[in-house]
Amino acid sequence: MGLLRGCGGGSGSRTPVRGSLTKLAYYSTVQHKVARVRSFDHSGKDIDNEPLYEISVQEEITARLHFIKFENTYIETCLDFIKDHLVNTETKVIKATGGGAYKFKDLIEKKLGLKVDKEDVMTCLIKGCNFVLRNIPHEVFAYQKDSDTEFRFQTNHPNIFPYLLVNIGSGVSIVKVESEDKFEWIGGSSIGGGTFWGLGALLTKTKKFDELLQLASKGQHTNVDMLVKDVYGGAYQTLGLSGNLIASSFGKSTTADKEFSKEDMAKSLLHMISNDIGQLACLHAKLHNLDKIYFGGFFIRGHPVTMRTITYSINFFSKGEVQALFLRHEGYLGAIGAFLKGAEQDNPNQYSWGENYAGSSGLMSTSPDVSPLQRTRSGTFDMLEMDRLERPLVNLPLLKDPSTYIPDTVDLTDDAMARKYWLTCFEEALDGVAKRAAASQPDSVDAQERAEKFRQKYWNKLQTLRQQPFAYGTLTVRSLLDTREHCLNEFSFPDPYSKVKQKENGIALKCFQSVIESLDSLDWEERQFALVKGLLAGNVFDWGAKAVSDVLESEPQFGFEEAKSKLQGKGRSLLEGPPHKCALIFADNSGIDIILGVFPFVRELLSRGTEVILACNSGPALNDVTYSESLIVTERIAAMDPVIHSALRDEKLLLVQTGSSSPCLDLSRLDQGLAVLVRERQTDLVVIEGMGRAIHTNYYAVLRCESLKLAVIKNSWLADRLGGKIFSVIFKYEVPCK
Amino acid sequence: AEKRDSVFPWFGLDIGGTLVKLVYFEPKDITAEEEEEEVENLKSIRKYLTSNVAYGSTGIRDVHLELRDLTLCGRKGNLHFIRFPTHDMPAFIQMGSEKHFSSLHTTLCATGGGAYKFEQDFRTMGDLELCKLDELDCLIKGVLYIDSVGFNGHSECYYFENPTDAERCQKLPFNLENPYPLLLVNIGSGVSILAVYSKDNYKRVTGTSLGGGTFFGLCCLLTGCSTFEEALEMASHGDSTKVDKLVRDIYGGDYERFGLPGWAVASSFGNMMSKEKRESVSKEDLARATLITITNNIGSIARMCALNENINRVVFVGNFLRINTISMRLLAYALDYWSKGQLKALFLEHEGYFGAVGALLGLLDSA
Repeated sequence: MGLLRGCGGGSGSRTPVRGSLTKLAYYSTVQHKVARVRSFDHSGKDIDNEPLYEISVQEEITARLHFIKFENTYIETCLDFIKDHLVNTETKVIKATGGGAYKFKDLIEKKLGLKVDKEDVMTCLIKGCNFVLRNIPHEVFAYQKDSDTEFRFQTNHPNIFPYLLVNIGSGVSIVKVESEDKFEWIGGSSIGGGTFWGLGALLTKTKKFDELLQLASKGQHTNVDMLVKDVYGGAYQTLGLSGNLIASSFGKSTTADKEFSKEDMAKSLLHMISNDIGQLACLHAKLHNLDKIYFGGFFIRGHPVTMRTITYSINFFSKGEVQALFLRHEGYLGAIGAFLKGAEQDNPNQYSWGENYAGSSGLMSTSPDVSPLQRTRSGTFDMLEMDRLERPLVNLPLLKDPSTYIPDTVDLTDDAMARKYWLTCFEEALDGVAKRAAASQPDSVDAQERAEKFRQKYWNKLQTLRQQPFAYGTLTVRSLLDTREHCLNEFSFPDPYSKVKQKENGIALKCFQSVIESLDSLDWEERQFALVKGLLAGNVFDWGAKAVSDVLESEPQFGFEEAKSKLQGKGRSLLEGPPHKCALIFADNSGIDIILGVFPFVRELLSRGTEVILACNSGPALNDVTYSESLIVTERIAAMDPVIHSALRDEKLLLVQTGSSSPCLDLSRLDQGLAVLVRERQTDLVVIEGMGRAIHTNYYAVLRCESLKLAVIKNSWLADRLGGKIFSVIFKYEVPCK
Repeated sequence: AEKRDSVFPWFGLDIGGTLVKLVYFEPKDITAEEEEEEVENLKSIRKYLTSNVAYGSTGIRDVHLELRDLTLCGRKGNLHFIRFPTHDMPAFIQMGSEKHFSSLHTTLCATGGGAYKFEQDFRTMGDLELCKLDELDCLIKGVLYIDSVGFNGHSECYYFENPTDAERCQKLPFNLENPYPLLLVNIGSGVSILAVYSKDNYKRVTGTSLGGGTFFGLCCLLTGCSTFEEALEMASHGDSTKVDKLVRDIYGGDYERFGLPGWAVASSFGNMMSKEKRESVSKEDLARATLITITNNIGSIARMCALNENINRVVFVGNFLRINTISMRLLAYALDYWSKGQLKALFLEHEGYFGAVGALLGLLDSA
């Protein structure tokens, strides 16, 4: 960890009251291990007995954004923490915002020897808000009462503006945000979180905000409030009024001789304040013609009770026309904004950022039994980490409607049955994954120990997700897989399958020419069938699927022919029509899949005059072929095959990286280079291969051009769900309607 | 039956959540002949109402609001304004029964939620059939009528000039001759906001449950007071800035980035998050803060509605404003300040009685 850029000293309320939180954002460079492949110089060597390429593990330095929070009481501990990590002394200034910025200025300056630059609270808040809206998938959610899935996550809309931000701190600020730099305070209210807290403390003698909310959740406001039916008697129904509407908040407490329960008063107060804020927010939204309102501030922060009442109020006052939206990382907005202010010379907005699931604690997954001191020291306190991705990520230009595109096929937050199945599935596979990780580094003395730590960490994540499926946004098979990759990386297992991939690529390459020869001997019709069959057959080799890895582990001789014979599906040709201009292929596994399945198919396309963009992952995930591996493999195939050779030379075959290190595929976050190429070459066919990319994700993706999604279902539960059998085939050829 | 229009007594009743408002037209042009014919019951009701200013322990006649020498439906007389708490409604019905009100064969027109709630009680206890009238119709009708007849030669409608300057603050008459469009904010136990475009064209824009009932209810809980008057009296001696957190408490002065003045309240009751400050405030301070909080909030919502409806005159009525100069001045100031002079707060002398007046007019219309 090196360079510290910013510090957001934002507190829950603007004044540093006890129990307020300080949020700290810092920028660090993280050294971590990456697997590299490098082609050997094979000239004059016995290539049959040499591995295909060299694998090395190197240290790489990448940038990471960290956001942590802790109670103000522990400010000194926090400053020690910063000091420990403040290696690079180029940093002279620390950015701070919020009431605490004033209170702790001297302490921070003295302890760290840095100058504190105070930044405007609202500017920071909005900067932070724009940042998370743009960079974190599933950042936004709506709260649903009386639903199994309380949190309904929203698809990131490509255009985030304009929106209304209602910040409910001690008071309420209503800000209209029109662009990155343009925002305006359009109103506010003094009835906010401070009113709930202050008035609540007076009425109930309960001192803590959280306890007040707890009281409120147990109370009956109807004992304190005057309802419409109290005024109208039983006749309200005939008038079309809802008798349960509150006519006058606290209207029943207009007497000195009756006692009211703390719970009832707290509940009435909560309703009064939530309704009032919701009403004002709606009035402002109406005046400015806005339909998206994001709510933040300590009144909202992770409290289902207030999210529920605010959502109710917005629905009521807007008659359903405006949606109350909340943010997963709402509590960090000020700190993120202060950080971004400080890092302006680095222009963090030019990069893409990815949430690191391993280093982030999820929504409401704070563990109250860990003392804040422990949290700061152990690293298990509330935190968010975001990895800087070296290149910007953008939408696939061929997406029909980027604003409604959802990568994932099954929402496990919604589907309790599916959730149980997959969580169990990942739990059961975990020992095997940990074992494989340890085995992948036989020369490392601490590999066992790290593998165990990985196992424990991922296990804990799975348990958190059992309790709080919404912790990291919508729970999907993709997020489960990605979390596992992030955890493996955290414990320095950058590529557990590197040796397996190396071996399989070597073996498959040796078969390449005979496969091509046998394909070339077929007539056109038969060849097309065989090519598609080959694509599917090759895809059976997937170490990610439990059923397959069981077979592979127990029967190392499990071969291509046998896999082919296990196929029960049908192949269909899409190669009958006129040739396509350019095909984009998202590859899946290393070895047989890419070399004997995908490449013969690529070769056929090239022979027909179709250009091919072959997209592989930027970083490793399971046994998926990486971009750098694909370069070596292609080079070796080109040496054997004149079609591939000339296509490479003439740039008819282009290798690109996806920008992803996931076994799944998010078409809304792809490497910019890929997107540029897709546009330039007028791509008119997209082929997506494999379970992770074509079934778990993108099964329902709609493109503006022809697409082929194909995979072999290597999971019996999923096969059941889709109405097929294990090892049956998904072959989804879609032509957009004109 | 033909002469139903002239059948006395003429009452209008508005039964709200907290208060019952009763207007009574006392004919002053009674001829000797009429006097002779006047049944004993009717006479006794007239005498009882006009010769007292208080009824039972809670009924009060607002003598200062009496409208004299009014001509209504061809009859000359005085209009009396009487109020009592809604929880005494059963006693009122009982009294009506004892005075054999039902023998007078008059219609009793009533509006407000209580017209529905107490309909059955009137029937069974008082042998009386209520004529229920729409609350908002009555309110608007009452406002327009009273404003048109004026207040004994003075203007019914008024506004405040320099509302926050104790020395220079002046209550001045306002001519509401061309009243439309106007935003009518009725502050009773709760608040209703209406946009009125003409005599018969209006809509209810919104409402809020934070009204007079909230002020009084919270004051009872916070200070142990037992009457609205007591709550207001306390409020007039308190200092809300001890209770509320102001912009300057947070930013040391104005918050220039947003153009917020230092004196603006940033968080109502915000100082009460601190234990020390909770222990140092008086009941009077709390009452004042409650009053300021509720009033400012009504002002805010009214202002937003005025902007959304594109109306710049806002008329505040309702019994919350009775003897409540603090709130009226604050509303006047807040509307002016936050709208940069675009909006004007107007007030009416007969504050909470317009619904009842409307009900009385409804009685005469129906004839």
